[in-house]
Amino acid sequence: MTTPHPVGPVRTVAGTVAADAVEPATAAEVAEVLRSTTGTVVPVGAGTKTGWAAPPTSCDLLLRTTGLDRIVEHAPGDLVVVAEAGVPLARLQQRLAEHGQMLALDPPEAGATLGGIVSANASGPRRLRYGTARDLLIGVTVVLADGTVARSGGKVVKNVAGYDLGKLYTGAHGALGVLVSTTWRLHPLPPVTGAVTVPVPDAARAGRYAALLARSTLTPTAVELNWIDGTGELTALFESSAASVRAQTRAAIALLGAGRAAEAPPSWFGVRPAGALVLRLAYEPFALPRVLEALPDGATGTASACTGVGYFAVPADSDLAALRAAIAPYDGSAVVLAADDAARAVLDHWGPVGDAFGLMTRVKDRFDPERRLSPGRLLGGL
Amino acid sequence: MSAVPADATPKSPALAARLRATIGADKVLTDPAQLRTYECDGLTNFRVRPAVVVLAADRDDVVATVRLCAAAGVPFVARGSGTGLSGGAVPVADGVLIVLSRLRRILAVDPDNARVVVEPGVINLWVTREAAPYGQAYAPDPSSQQVCSIGGNVAENAGGAHCLKYGFTVNHVMGAEVVLPDGEVVHLGGTAPEHPGLDLLGAFVGSEGTLGVATRVTVRTIQAPETVRTMLVGFHSVEDAAGTVSDIIAAGIVPAAIEMMDALAIEAAEAAVNCGYPQGAVAVLVVELDGPAVEVAEQFDHVEQLAAARHAFETRIARDEAERALMWKGRKSAFAAVGRISPAYYVQDGVIPRTRLPEILTEVGRLADAAGIRVANVFHAGDGNLHPLILFDDTVPGAAHAAEELGFTILDLCVDAGGSITGEHGVGLEKKSRMPRQFSADDLDTMQLVRCAFDPDGIANPGKQFPTPRLCGERPGVRTAADTHDPALGEVF
Repeated sequence: MTTPHPVGPVRTVAGTVAADAVEPATAAEVAEVLRSTTGTVVPVGAGTKTGWAAPPTSCDLLLRTTGLDRIVEHAPGDLVVVAEAGVPLARLQQRLAEHGQMLALDPPEAGATLGGIVSANASGPRRLRYGTARDLLIGVTVVLADGTVARSGGKVVKNVAGYDLGKLYTGAHGALGVLVSTTWRLHPLPPVTGAVTVPVPDAARAGRYAALLARSTLTPTAVELNWIDGTGELTALFESSAASVRAQTRAAIALLGAGRAAEAPPSWFGVRPAGALVLRLAYEPFALPRVLEALPDGATGTASACTGVGYFAVPADSDLAALRAAIAPYDGSAVVLAADDAARAVLDHWGPVGDAFGLMTRVKDRFDPERRLSPGRLLGGL
Repeated sequence: MSAVPADATPKSPALAARLRATIGADKVLTDPAQLRTYECDGLTNFRVRPAVVVLAADRDDVVATVRLCAAAGVPFVARGSGTGLSGGAVPVADGVLIVLSRLRRILAVDPDNARVVVEPGVINLWVTREAAPYGQAYAPDPSSQQVCSIGGNVAENAGGAHCLKYGFTVNHVMGAEVVLPDGEVVHLGGTAPEHPGLDLLGAFVGSEGTLGVATRVTVRTIQAPETVRTMLVGFHSVEDAAGTVSDIIAAGIVPAAIEMMDALAIEAAEAAVNCGYPQGAVAVLVVELDGPAVEVAEQFDHVEQLAAARHAFETRIARDEAERALMWKGRKSAFAAVGRISPAYYVQDGVIPRTRLPEILTEVGRLADAAGIRVANVFHAGDGNLHPLILFDDTVPGAAHAAEELGFTILDLCVDAGGSITGEHGVGLEKKSRMPRQFSADDLDTMQLVRCAFDPDGIANPGKQFPTPRLCGERPGVRTAADTHDPALGEVF
């Protein structure tokens, strides 16, 4: 159940083999690549999430952003950092920790770069408290398909000048432009961690525990459920001062009527499931038990229990359409994050498109009229 | 005063007739006396009389109105409560103003999922009122929260004192039903935390009405904190107050809010609401911490020590909700209060990196002295969001212009310091000419790609937020000589 780490640089994207690859080192070089070529281009970072979403319909050129690896500016007093898209999150965290700070994003993929995290909208357990990339990214520079270098946002957290294109690029899988630089809002690194873990006999109990925590005045940074075919464990993570962590873990055990406290969460915490078919589900948070019950037999994974996002490995022959239909009443969706290459041709990676799909298509066509960038990666074949 | 007459365009009378036939005559205003009410928003020095005002009663009225506008090629502007401070809801002279105040139903309150679904005319504070019985609250709290609408908050990506800890409107809006400028209705986001596809909702929030009209908004509520503690601290110097703000942040504390007021702002607040701020203070901080009791108690003591180390001469701690409310009353009424000490005033909204507060404040003071203009400073110090209140006498010829010029000079300072020309009031009509100070032509052209996808004909709130955008069919580098729907062509004073 560990996340696969790529051996050597990635050459395929969700099963599509790249004809060629480049690794530019500056935004200007990225722009030059896009201006001087005419074929399809798929931007990737370290390649830890190339299996997420649909395969590109074509990849003439793999554009690795790993050469854009500078931490440009860290202003500790302003809790802001500017870093290029190819900087690995772990390296950034190390630098920030020297100042008692962190970027409050914890997707578990080892080696993942900032640009890849934004493009795939990857998140981890602490999204409960801190939100996701869209909530923390305050500025961004991209290179468009025609080589234009464009910025939006800025270097201050509070800023409403112009459209916030960082949100649009988040989760776009490189289909609107190549991310070259990112600016982030930071948080202080909490001094002490404590975890409360309870066994969860069934889906109903998972829902009850999650609801009790969600409706309490406790402030866990994460509430994670580990789910193994119908049963599991739930962990509430507290990160604050020693006194607060002590008081909150005690209060959590009293609230749940069960649980044991530990200094660290269990080993499954924050680990993505692995398997022949891995899905990311999103749904109304209170629907957690219904979603767990809708999962195919044999499903294992983890869920951010109070936010309404779960990652599950399901049997390869699972009926995705039926699962999507079952969770649709809770605004539910299921996106493919891993699948056998052979199966991808017949898989619906994203599920049904909504009534905004026409608008999404128009946005894509404005940014990338020739459909060069990550073609087919987004939903509906975009 | 004579704003542009209602019949300036030959299109509007026919459009008004079609609107009356479609949505009902009682909802369509063309009488100049009635139109006058809608000439401006909270920024009263821009006034434009629209050709038609539509008082929409429901989503269908909005859809019908937008469709008729699109068919006739007539621009429209959506308006909530009209409290905006950048002229974002100023009408277009030959256009239709769609007033959304009557769309004020609370459609769903779902404490289990921490969601509230409202129509756009619902007042910000009502959301918290609906959620409060369940121990929940709506976090974004602009100072105008008793009157401003959720639809307007979405358009402006409204902030407020507590966004230091909790984020802005965009971090709390989960979904929106949007009428696009061609009348198509789409649903962006929803009630779940994520949705397949592009995050169009993220682009829509803060688009100042230029991408369409929200007719339903789903927001998330937060669990009200166990403890809220507020202190008011008086300082003999602005530097000490600003230094305390930096020290609090450096200590790893994230307060719910840190607000700062300078001597002139304190004087105004005292005159208006008698809030009892410390006598003789050159600057005060209002610091609020919330969360679990143990954590708040520790951090509160720490903040007190940090303030004392910066020579705070008086620290008051709110003992109950009434005292807390009084501390906030001085701050939240500061804008209006300035009206007590000056015949007229003008509010600016700029952002700087918070570490540069002392230096920028000194420079603002120097610029104000040089211009012979009084400036009161009220701001969200925790996020470096300045709100200089520029005082002037509107009976003196040229005084308003001089005040505006000083405001723009302050914005230049903000941009040069690595900040922004607006933290929460929006660009609107007022600051669109300053956008090129902050963004390159390529940056602005790229933003226009979004505009062109949503509104290829440019009829949704044209002439706002961006300086003379190129038309959607044009190639980059080619710009129009003038923005054809520029509302500023109306009378400005």
